[in-house]
Amino acid sequence: MIEFSTWDILRNLLLAARWTVLLSAVAFLGGGLAGLLVLVMRTARRPLPRRFALGFIELFQGTPLLMQLFLAFFALSLVGINMPPWLAAGLALVLWTAAFLAEIWRGCVEAIPRGQWEASASLGMGYLEQMRHVILPQALRIAVPPTVGFSVQVVKGTALTSIIGFVELSKAGTMITNATFQPFTVYALVALLYFVLCWPLSVASRFLERRLNAPHRHH
Amino acid sequence: MPLIAITDVRKRFGANEVLKGIDLDVAAGEVCAIIGRSGSGKSTLLRCVNGLETIDGGSILVAGTHVSSEDQQLRALRLKVGMIFQQFNLFPHLTAGRNVMLSPMVVRKMPVGEAEDLARRMLDRVGLGQKFDAYPDQLSGGQQQRVAIARALAMQPLALLCDEITSALDPELVNEVLAVVGELAADGMTLMMVTHEMRFARQVCDRVVFMHQGRIHEIGPPDELFSAPRTPELRQFLGSTAH
Repeated sequence: MIEFSTWDILRNLLLAARWTVLLSAVAFLGGGLAGLLVLVMRTARRPLPRRFALGFIELFQGTPLLMQLFLAFFALSLVGINMPPWLAAGLALVLWTAAFLAEIWRGCVEAIPRGQWEASASLGMGYLEQMRHVILPQALRIAVPPTVGFSVQVVKGTALTSIIGFVELSKAGTMITNATFQPFTVYALVALLYFVLCWPLSVASRFLERRLNAPHRHH
Repeated sequence: MPLIAITDVRKRFGANEVLKGIDLDVAAGEVCAIIGRSGSGKSTLLRCVNGLETIDGGSILVAGTHVSSEDQQLRALRLKVGMIFQQFNLFPHLTAGRNVMLSPMVVRKMPVGEAEDLARRMLDRVGLGQKFDAYPDQLSGGQQQRVAIARALAMQPLALLCDEITSALDPELVNEVLAVVGELAADGMTLMMVTHEMRFARQVCDRVVFMHQGRIHEIGPPDELFSAPRTPELRQFLGSTAH
């Protein structure tokens, strides 16, 4: 029987953690861009984009991320589209993140007083111009802490992709456990690595919240 | 032809009809004060003129263009009439200068340098040339309202709508704003203003409109209205606001 040192375990987990980081980044950036699009539709004046965005958000907030991963992975294969696990994982996480970020940001947009919309409309600006120059710059300030806070959820959400066979930190943990028969050591290290990834984000979120709520916020 | 032609305008919020058929023509260069109790529909009327509220009946024509809820038309209309609000509504993330520059740059596609010159001229006009780089929360209420006026003027509107623009100000700041409005009136700007400043209305306005329960109850030159009110409602209203 081969002996595995703790360093062997940690080294392999660290290698797998790169995929967790990459998947989190893809989910967060892709979800951020898609979320911005959903947000603009969700707050649009026309009912059609508004309804579409609402449906999208309800669908992804109202079903477990796990089901979304299964559907992205298996359902698309059923209709003949071959989905490699990384693509299914990336796709599902991007859409899931987009739905949550759009809703978080909508709250921030709606926190901007109505007078800002009215003043910019009175100056002849159209909806996208109002958003771009007046509303979003102000909404951004209040959106930063909850957005950074949500990124913690994204990192932890990537763990679920192990179910469809994407080898990230959790999946690597399972595989290493099967080889070493040391579940406690392995999963403790897995948990520790997640903590190392998430904790700085939580701290940053709290720091930004204090910083951006300071009385004199500009300059 | 009047600059602003309001014909049989009706507006309801749910079951509550706030405008019950308003007819009012405002000529170019005219200064028109709208007075009345709160809830009489005067602010709503003003907001209908630049399309912040949609009307349920009648028509509003500004310089020959219909006020509709169609986006493109609405934007064209808003280039003709500026609006100034009770709560100033300056953009808090931009300096006074940038507040004035924003719309000329975004809507009229004016280059930065030109917009900056324009903003400086407009801020000078309201006596705030030296506050170009100040943020709104570094300005007094009166100064903020004057920046809001400069911001509206930068779009070179044909008419300005003023919605209780001194009501949120401390008493000692009211006069600096009224002085600016008085100058605009003297320069021939068309003004429709909802106001509680009876003395100012009397001195500056060509015509005073008294609104009561969603209708124009009395209308005429200020001297006539203030010294010889014909209806008991106006008499009572003037009695209650006399200082």
